[in-house]
Amino acid sequence: MGSIFTAAPPQSGPGYSFKQTPTTVPEGTRQHGFYPYTDNGGSTLGITGADFAILAGDTRSTSGYNINTRFAPKLFKVGGADSRIVLSVVGFAADGLALKERLDTIVKMYRYQHGKPMSVAACAQRLSHILYQKRFFPYYVTAILGGLDEEGKGALYSYDPVGSYEREQCRAAGAAASLIMPFLDNQVNYKNQYVLGSGEGHALQARERELLPRKDVEELVQDAFSSAVERHIEVGDGLQMFIITKDGIEEIYKPLKLD
Amino acid sequence: MFRNNYDSDTTTFSPQGRLFQVEYAQAAVGQGSIVVGAVSKSHAVLVALKRQAEELSSYQKKIIQIDSHLGIALSGLAADARVLSNFMKQQSMASHMTYDRPISIADISVRLCDRAQTHTQHAGSRPYGVGLLIAGVDGKGPHLFEFQPSGDAQEMVAASIGARSQAARTFLEDQVKEFESMDEATLITYTLRALIRSQPEDKVLSYDNTSIGVVGLEKSFKLLEGEEILEHVKRAYRLEGRAPEEYSENADEGGSME
Amino acid sequence: MNHLPQAWGRPRDDVYGPYNNSYLQTSGPSQHTQSPIVTGTSVLAIKFKDGVVIAADNLASYGSLARFTDVKRLLRFNSRAVIGFGGDVSDMQYLTRLLSSLEINENYSVTSSTELAANNLHTYLHKVMYKRRSDFNPLWNQILIAGLDVADNPYLASVDLLGTTFSSPTLATGFGAHLAVPIMRRVCPDEEAAKELTQEQAVETVRECMKVLFYRDARSLDKYSIAVVTKEGVDLKHGEKLEKQSWAFAEGIRGYGTQVN
Repeated sequence: MGSIFTAAPPQSGPGYSFKQTPTTVPEGTRQHGFYPYTDNGGSTLGITGADFAILAGDTRSTSGYNINTRFAPKLFKVGGADSRIVLSVVGFAADGLALKERLDTIVKMYRYQHGKPMSVAACAQRLSHILYQKRFFPYYVTAILGGLDEEGKGALYSYDPVGSYEREQCRAAGAAASLIMPFLDNQVNYKNQYVLGSGEGHALQARERELLPRKDVEELVQDAFSSAVERHIEVGDGLQMFIITKDGIEEIYKPLKLD
Repeated sequence: MFRNNYDSDTTTFSPQGRLFQVEYAQAAVGQGSIVVGAVSKSHAVLVALKRQAEELSSYQKKIIQIDSHLGIALSGLAADARVLSNFMKQQSMASHMTYDRPISIADISVRLCDRAQTHTQHAGSRPYGVGLLIAGVDGKGPHLFEFQPSGDAQEMVAASIGARSQAARTFLEDQVKEFESMDEATLITYTLRALIRSQPEDKVLSYDNTSIGVVGLEKSFKLLEGEEILEHVKRAYRLEGRAPEEYSENADEGGSME
Repeated sequence: MNHLPQAWGRPRDDVYGPYNNSYLQTSGPSQHTQSPIVTGTSVLAIKFKDGVVIAADNLASYGSLARFTDVKRLLRFNSRAVIGFGGDVSDMQYLTRLLSSLEINENYSVTSSTELAANNLHTYLHKVMYKRRSDFNPLWNQILIAGLDVADNPYLASVDLLGTTFSSPTLATGFGAHLAVPIMRRVCPDEEAAKELTQEQAVETVRECMKVLFYRDARSLDKYSIAVVTKEGVDLKHGEKLEKQSWAFAEGIRGYGTQVN
């Protein structure tokens, strides 16, 4: 009897990117078992400037080697139509959507109840709590939250799946994070860049950090993604960018390679 | 103080078939300051007169936004209205969450009624002491509902509840055929005129004591307060043929009307 | 011999040994679905300029056994949506009941403003599926929702047992995701192409894909349901037969034809 049940065609294999996914057949009686997560691939990143924040993500959604769709956004405005906060989620898409809806509801309720929009700092801490509350059955996503702080400066917060968070200048997440992040370290925070002719060895002077203008950041984002597309199969199809300034949220969509 | 033996709880009818506790709750609605609402083909409007409990206090909140397509105006116990508005916000949000669809105005009114009705049938609970005007836009256009503590809601073309609201209703009844074709500004002016008519001569609408809520087919709910309402109020007074000194042309020079 | 009534009709203990009652008891914790039992295979759908075409064959398999050959896996929901189910058939039947009670409630309610559109239905099903997966009690299906959205534009989206959702001009579940999607994407690569596609082209593509699936998917059938959803309503046909099959290609493939080696 057991063999008849297990001979049913596999519905969808577990995603192959998560390390936790079982890859070997368990010993003894074969049971299908239910694994409540999958990896939908894709990558996101966020960079801030003096008076803006940019969040970006590709629009491909995958299951294993299949492309589910070429347009599945990972970027969401949070808190209604006149929002100045953007959430990006990458990992397990269903959890990402659930997380976005919970945060969206909370920010909207805050607005109704207090008659003013929630600050990014408050929203960021609330998001951390939401993630931490599900510590033992986590939302399997890497979130990045972007907006403008109370002084009007670009603000960016990055998270792990269980709510640990910090404010940063830039962050890449998702499938191609390990490809994009070193590039950002070098190009945004000038890591491993030194002042020409400042000396040798310990005498080398690190190049001074500066806040990048918007145009440069947009180009960096473009380069980061078109490079990631070349080297990672789960990244591609389209690039969506949300640019948050005091005047609102501007959306840019650009095609990426479909292969 | 008891009117008779049948008014100490909501589960006992009087021999005449009345529930006195419910009627007292409705009396509380009549004590609140007046709110007026009206609908046209394209818009739904709420206006309210805000009371100041005492000279040193702020003005009470009379209009509450529930969702981007819907808001309420209240008369009666403000605390009860807060509870009901939270309930409505939850219901509205739930509709977005489960169906990705804004809740219909009739639907949310019925849910509100179902909740209010249970408080008219159980001993040890008291009816809500507040009446609401519910204005919003849904798939079938703009709507206005009048909600009563009895757990009853009625769809209206125009409505008014609260203290001295009869005068406003009389004015609205005269205009009943006109509302349908009115544009946003006209609709606001007419509801404000109803508000003016309900008040004694010496009581003047100001940007402190008046609020306006508007929602339209192509416009999400907006609460107007303070400076934003001045033009509308001036226009309403002009059409009423009255010009209180606050709004006279030379008010700045401290001049007054003859 | 035991003459007591509770022993009537039972196999005799002295001949067959005592009945093993342990089968009747549930020992250990209660279990949820760990794997699907009776399953349906692919569902295909493609958008065109005025609507959506969706198809699924009429087979329900019990493992490798072709168990039921007249199962309707497409469900019509009001006049603007059709739902196609892949995966466990009993879970499909549960969802069918859930959806018909939803439809009845909607139809009786005088207060709801507009008919539930395909996108509303998709959101609802997503919530149902995601809730069940979060309870570790999944409904073992992948579902396609085809129809018209609130603004009467063609709408096509998917939700699966994990609550994962996505939307695309062409979608297929199960084996179809491997075999049919590439064929469908050739005629309809993106939304712009879907706006140009005629109903005839869309239907033709889906029928062609059903044929390819019958050739290559061992758990498929040559009898299928196909539905077209447009502003005119739902045109749902059950028991369509695959036509113009050609098995000539099988001659040269070991294991397909009659030759043994």
